[in-house]
Amino acid sequence: MRSFIAALTLTTCLVSVADATTIYPLDRATIMIGSPFDTKVEFDKVVKADEVKLTINGEPAEKVLGKDVQFVEKEQGVDASAVLIRAGAIAKPGTYEVKATAGGETKTVSWHVYATPTSAKAKNVIFFLGDGMSVAHRTGARIMSKGMTEGKANGRLNMDDLDRMAFIGTSATNAVATDSANTMSAYMTGHKTAVNALGVYADRTKNSLDDPKVETIAEALRRTTKKSIGVVSTAEIEDATPAAVVSHTRARADKAEIAGMLFDVKPDVILGGGSAYFLPKSTVGSKRKDEKDYVKMFRDEGYTFAGDKTELDAARGTNTGKILGLFHTGNMDVTLDRDFLKKGTVGKFPNQPGLVQMTSVALEQLAKNPEGFFLMVEGASIDKMSHPMDWDRAFVETIEFDKAIGLGLEFAKTHPDTLIVVTGDHTHGVSIIGTVDDEKPGTEMREKVGTYADAGFPNYEDKDGDGYPDKVDVTRRLATFSNNYPDYYETFRPKLDGPFEPSVQNEKKEYVANEKYKSVPGAVFREGNMPRSVDSEVHAVDDVVLQATGPGAEEFKGYMEESDVYRVLVDALAIAPQATN
Amino acid sequence: MNRWSLTRRRLLATGALAAATLPALARAAAAATPARLDFDELYGKISVLGLEFSEKVKALAQKKVAMRGFMAPPLKAEADFFVLTEIPMSLCPFCSSDADWPDNIVVIYLDKAQTFEQANALIEVTGTLEVGSWTDPNTGFLSRLRIVGASFGAA
Repeated sequence: MRSFIAALTLTTCLVSVADATTIYPLDRATIMIGSPFDTKVEFDKVVKADEVKLTINGEPAEKVLGKDVQFVEKEQGVDASAVLIRAGAIAKPGTYEVKATAGGETKTVSWHVYATPTSAKAKNVIFFLGDGMSVAHRTGARIMSKGMTEGKANGRLNMDDLDRMAFIGTSATNAVATDSANTMSAYMTGHKTAVNALGVYADRTKNSLDDPKVETIAEALRRTTKKSIGVVSTAEIEDATPAAVVSHTRARADKAEIAGMLFDVKPDVILGGGSAYFLPKSTVGSKRKDEKDYVKMFRDEGYTFAGDKTELDAARGTNTGKILGLFHTGNMDVTLDRDFLKKGTVGKFPNQPGLVQMTSVALEQLAKNPEGFFLMVEGASIDKMSHPMDWDRAFVETIEFDKAIGLGLEFAKTHPDTLIVVTGDHTHGVSIIGTVDDEKPGTEMREKVGTYADAGFPNYEDKDGDGYPDKVDVTRRLATFSNNYPDYYETFRPKLDGPFEPSVQNEKKEYVANEKYKSVPGAVFREGNMPRSVDSEVHAVDDVVLQATGPGAEEFKGYMEESDVYRVLVDALAIAPQATN
Repeated sequence: MNRWSLTRRRLLATGALAAATLPALARAAAAATPARLDFDELYGKISVLGLEFSEKVKALAQKKVAMRGFMAPPLKAEADFFVLTEIPMSLCPFCSSDADWPDNIVVIYLDKAQTFEQANALIEVTGTLEVGSWTDPNTGFLSRLRIVGASFGAA
């Protein structure tokens, strides 16, 4: 069987080189029974309607999918034809061969349609997504937070004790590399997609909102269950990761539209930044191009609104169970700035809650539903601080993310029917290689980098026992470097004046080293190893580690694609059992 | 700062009074002394539900102002407008879309199109302050605060 599939794959690959017809969902797609999805065939040239033949397992596609086929003779901006079936669904599990023929072109793909078990193992799912969380982030967070003596960690992160795990491949349908949109979309729909895309297969037309859609987990839960849904992030709530829970667009930058998609699905708890896209155009600070007032619209739907930490605390007492909390017009500030240094935009938004408080409120509200819930919690700034290579801020964010996971694990103690998944969506090219020791002689910072036996151990302290290092600018700190970078000044030191901005754009639209850091004692110019159009360190293609615990978690093992993760979630919740008649 | 703006307001009031009798003289006086406006004076209240313009900005609407800042990397090499920013503009290193603009910006419309030089040098812009939303029909660019009929030079 395995060799047959391998042979089939090889054949399909060879065919797709010679034949430009494309069928969405793509070959080897995995589809849950009953889940609505769009089917699209893009022919390479203009064909005649009566020539087109689209069959699924030899039967007309419209019969199998239960929806009519639309023929588009010439797609907008493209000199070629397409056929489209919106929101079709397949009721029976099995392997389906999809064949499209027209004008001498033929394309065949295979879909795997699955049912879930009949009975649920889990009632609740908490999906923790550490954006960009790589192995180095976890190691750094553990050492900074817990310390290390004679080579043994003095304590463990909450995520260190999750008992099931898998390695996750994160590549996109159009690139070996990935971004947060397409990976989270795969986790949240079971379909892989292209960079920047959410809840759709990325088609060839220019319109970012007309691409063939697939169902998101929030939509699937709304369709099949009465469970509550929560979305929590420290980023703009319309940013790729939280957006993937509900959205359909080819372009993650469609943030105004994504706010509307959040309103369409209406997760019961929505907490994060990004209020600018909820405000009507006429309000200063709005980033909308219309007069829709989503704060008012959510309030009219019975949501309690919270605009800061104090209001979020007050909203805890709401008996509607529905909270919209927006704590920043853009991305929320990171823990190091918010709670310790008071830098970044904390001056403008001084009373922002953190991920731990948001997670706590969300769990409390969602747990009121006897039918259970799905909660997505994103530690967004692990990634947002890794791009500018601000490793201290990224590690502190990882500590905060881990504390939120701790709340999930506490909850699971009293609610053992809860599946907890902790993963990243992609990695960064970052590693810890030893320490930087200011006490080493000389002025050249590279001579203070200790490797192997010269590294010793860092001297972070946590005297107040809050789990965060009392300060990050200790004399012997972790030496952390990225393997890819734009032009920048390496200072070998934490950035106490605010998040690092390694490069700035010049008049030729090239990113050059930010001169602001040139005069930091010991700073050295580092010539970038990437194109000058790249403004920061980039995502790595390396696998992500996924860890999980609770009922259903045993399905995570070995190597999996991100799209396989979805099936474990819906299997645990048994949202699509096969009809028995 | 308050004392200064009070003085300024009194001056404007005097100017307005004078305008009724000696318009040419009043205009000359206003042109000679544009009010200085700083980035941290733009908004009186900042919250997640929106920003409110400061009293100073409201008072200076349709008046001559001078602001210091940096020219953001222009959209085109030659144009009649650019964005003045508080700090040398580096598009935020992690934004996925350049549709996101920071709040500490003012759009500058010049009298005529001109070729821009290297950004990231402190400049001073003088012109008439316009307050409120306006969409540029040519570019679709929505601005909240503008200095129109502007000229600029090294600060």
